[in-house]
Amino acid sequence: MNDDHPRHYQNMLLGYIAGFVFSIILTLEAYLLVVNHTFSHHILIGVVAGLAVVQIVLQLLFFLHLGSETKPRWRLLVFCFMSLVVGILVIGSLWIMGNLNYRMTPQQVTQYLNDQGGGF
Amino acid sequence: MSKTTTVPETQSQVEATDSTAILGFWAYLMTDCVLFASLFAVYAVLHNNTFGGPAGGQLFSLRYALGETLILLTSSFTCGLGMLAAYQHKLRQVRAWFAATFVLGASFLALELHEFAHLASTGNSWTRSGFLSSFFTLVGTHGLHITIGLLWIIVMMVRTRRGISRSSLRKLTMFSLFWHFLDVIWILIFTIVYLLGVLKV
Repeated sequence: MNDDHPRHYQNMLLGYIAGFVFSIILTLEAYLLVVNHTFSHHILIGVVAGLAVVQIVLQLLFFLHLGSETKPRWRLLVFCFMSLVVGILVIGSLWIMGNLNYRMTPQQVTQYLNDQGGGF
Repeated sequence: MSKTTTVPETQSQVEATDSTAILGFWAYLMTDCVLFASLFAVYAVLHNNTFGGPAGGQLFSLRYALGETLILLTSSFTCGLGMLAAYQHKLRQVRAWFAATFVLGASFLALELHEFAHLASTGNSWTRSGFLSSFFTLVGTHGLHITIGLLWIIVMMVRTRRGISRSSLRKLTMFSLFWHFLDVIWILIFTIVYLLGVLKV
């Protein structure tokens, strides 16, 4: 579609309005779920995280127009690479945090050192 | 380059000739995402290190943060409307929508600074604990980006006094990408820092 055509801008406008309205709904939904503690702890965390992911995807599509470019899709490619780097950062951090003595209390640390025959 | 008349360019014409510059700015924006990811990682590691002090759930007002979120979201929307007007060469609408974006963005920043000032004055500044250090760094860096965005709007308002030149249209496009991206980052901050903080994650 030639983008001198007013229809093109109408579609874009609808996209912005849809993105805006959905984002408000998702934000309010997450807020209300937390305030009312609607679900149990772990489920609530998952739902809130899920709502955030959906909102981010919608904003990427409707506001940042990700994926709407013609080929070659360089912007999408750069975005995917960034996602890979961020994914390594996040998963790596979670992995390390789960593995180290991070979760030990001082007493546990002392016990651990004694068990290892270490300490000072 | 003419600054007094609005140049009739369709969006795809602009994108075709400026695509390299806009792609370059997009690549910068992606590196900014990596920067924020590292700040989030630090926050994840330190957010329970309160050094005996209060944790997020005890410090944050969720209603206040919700207000900030909705304001910033609306500013992202008005920015989008401004860009739509720019591609249709409606100068006055462009300036009106970007002025609205500025007002909303400045309101967001004022609310955030008020929250920071309140935290600092009650003894909960960034020197209090690792948690607060990482909080102020993460949220503060976002606020710094917002501040620069506001300055950018002012510059663009000055430059588009009499019309939108080709280069101004390109720069407005870049600004809108920047501003939308800041809203995406804020969604993550609202969720991870405020919502999960109140849930004592």
